[in-house]
Amino acid sequence: MPQILSVGIDIGTSTTQVVFSRIDLENTAGYFAVPHISIVDKRVIYQSDIALTPLKNQSLIDGEAVRELVRREYEKAGFKPSDVDTGAVIITGESARKENAEEALYSLSDFAGEFVVSTAGPDLEAIVAGKGSGAMAFSEEQGCAVVNLDVGGGTTNAVLFDCGEALDKGCVDIGGRLIRLRDDMTVTYISESAGKIAAAAGADIAVGRKATVRQLDKICGVMADLLYELLAGGEPSALLQEVRTPGSGDFHPVKDIRAVCFSGGVADLIYDDESDPIRYGDIGVLLAAAIRESRIFADFRVIRARETIRATVVGAGTYTTSVSGSTIDYSDGVLPVKNVPVLRLTDDEQSACFGGGATALREQLSWFLSQSGGENAAIAMCGDADPSYVAVNRLAEVIAEAADGLLPRGAPLIVIFERDMAKALGGRLKWVLNGRRPVISIDTVRVTDGGYVDIGRPLMDGMVVPVVVKTLVFQ
Amino acid sequence: MADQKLIEDIVRQVLADMRKTPVKSNDFTDVLPAVGECKGDCLDITSPDCRTEQLITDAEDRDSLMRMKNKTSARIGVGRAGGRLRTQTLLTLRADHAAARDAAFMDVSERFLEELGLFTVRTTCADKNNFLTNPDAGKVFSGEAVEMIKSRCRMNPDVQICASDGLSSKAIEANLANILPAITDGFTARGITVGTPFFVKYGRVGAQDALSEIIRPKVICTLIGERPGLVTAESMSAYITYEARAGMPEARRTVVSNIHKGGISAVEAGAYIAELIEKILKAKASGVELTSE
Repeated sequence: MPQILSVGIDIGTSTTQVVFSRIDLENTAGYFAVPHISIVDKRVIYQSDIALTPLKNQSLIDGEAVRELVRREYEKAGFKPSDVDTGAVIITGESARKENAEEALYSLSDFAGEFVVSTAGPDLEAIVAGKGSGAMAFSEEQGCAVVNLDVGGGTTNAVLFDCGEALDKGCVDIGGRLIRLRDDMTVTYISESAGKIAAAAGADIAVGRKATVRQLDKICGVMADLLYELLAGGEPSALLQEVRTPGSGDFHPVKDIRAVCFSGGVADLIYDDESDPIRYGDIGVLLAAAIRESRIFADFRVIRARETIRATVVGAGTYTTSVSGSTIDYSDGVLPVKNVPVLRLTDDEQSACFGGGATALREQLSWFLSQSGGENAAIAMCGDADPSYVAVNRLAEVIAEAADGLLPRGAPLIVIFERDMAKALGGRLKWVLNGRRPVISIDTVRVTDGGYVDIGRPLMDGMVVPVVVKTLVFQ
Repeated sequence: MADQKLIEDIVRQVLADMRKTPVKSNDFTDVLPAVGECKGDCLDITSPDCRTEQLITDAEDRDSLMRMKNKTSARIGVGRAGGRLRTQTLLTLRADHAAARDAAFMDVSERFLEELGLFTVRTTCADKNNFLTNPDAGKVFSGEAVEMIKSRCRMNPDVQICASDGLSSKAIEANLANILPAITDGFTARGITVGTPFFVKYGRVGAQDALSEIIRPKVICTLIGERPGLVTAESMSAYITYEARAGMPEARRTVVSNIHKGGISAVEAGAYIAELIEKILKAKASGVELTSE
């Protein structure tokens, strides 16, 4: 069975982890039908130790130490970067806000393998964790709305899946390492958000002074209440607004939540009691206890995560890659392409293109290229499940014309459809362009406007290509 | 008879009750299920709106039921009236069955074939009934038909394409205009020569063996209407064979099935078939021999 090797690397607020997974592909269509290649299995085959994220100081990641740590894990797993087909490096939580986060991320993804993508962003983090924890699969299997709360060191990422689809996501600065202590209960660090929460809880704590378990309990109680408030979805309090992570989505569930799932480092402590209140030199144990005793457990059904502390890294390693439809077209040697910004046409713009109107696409593409400052863009649209031959030809003419007018000479023309029509259109595009530029035409891929896409080398006798749809916050 | 008297009493009673409260027309419309697309007073029971309509009004979990219904074309979640189907379900079922029968019994419109520039060759079947009841007659041609093919077709092309009604004329009318040019475009781009396409009336798949012996293409591809079902009557298949000869094993045919708007679209299938035929030409094999390469 054809397999691909995928790596996941998560540089979190407190820990850095690596996992390797095998992804199995198979033609699931019958012998008498057009092939349909799908991912049939994903298995984690190597898990690294959970190492503390090396920092130079409060605001700088020790990039070299992270690289060394990852290099050792590759060695232990027995893989070379060139063995890796796909995967993702994700930088999460407070780590993503360090001054040199971008640099650390890119240097690592270059090392990790040719087709390993770098990615970041609090909303993406939430989705990745929710996939890794098994919340998405649960929501899909049960056909219901499930919220995953990934409670990490610096942040809690919330995502709501309805029938396997991420509908709502958000992030708050609540986590187990926002207050750190020495064994004698002397406070060594209080994050900005923890300071605000402590003030609201009426707990007078300060760096360098000893805190009491009672004080910390009060603070964690408020944190747990804030998480409950987030789930309950009413009018948010001022404090909740203040601790929302900058740049994160406005998590505000409107659906009836059937179940809540916890992942992240604090999750293990939520599911299993820990007696030593400051075992990890932070408030993780107390926060977990507060969550367990909060209204979340009284009002919602809590399900156990398949992965807890490893949810994000497993999500990054096994769920970022998907495969395209099995009837696609591309010019020889043009793949892979990386970090291509996506211009998604609205239904109206798409109708105009199908009708032979070139203006809408030309204007959109021209505007998009000037906005993104990029050289190229992938043109994405929903497409039509049963287009006529004439419509496909018209569309090909319109797209080719826009590409000739606006894309740099010789740059590949990349089109992405949701509906199965890429082979028909790709063939026509090649014909119309007559070798002026290479063509990549793929389908059964959903992308949103403003996202980025990586398209890998063809697999399975060239029938499919691996595709990663992602966000890049640094750009 | 006492029974007679009892019945008369009941009828009298009912009639008296009815006169007291006259029956209004909206007494009926109120109890009818909400309808989908409705043109005037007539509901199209085969419309997509009507198919996805929730006939179970007291579903425990409406959303889940809808999701299940959207995943299948089977008639699930349609409720019941006593032990039987509801009227609407029954009527849709009968309408679908009628469409399937029509697809099998009707002929492909001659005008449609003219528009596509296809001439027609008939197998030895005299009529539809003969075709349906005598499958072997749909695989061979009269001497006259052979002469017609020889006079009108380019001989020895790389690929010969022919369309055939098979068991669904509707499938041909629904897909042929989109799939034919999509396939031939694919050939042009690949430098593959294609013969003169034509239409085989009353044709079975096996007719391609006889045609291949007359025209001598390397590959013959028959686009033929599939046996219609209750889900769609418009499904078409492509049977593709390398050096087809009468009496060869059926396993030598490569099949691409399920070409219709709910399966793989005609244009996308066309682009795929062109590529597949290129592969068959290179491998000099089709069917099982191709997949075991």
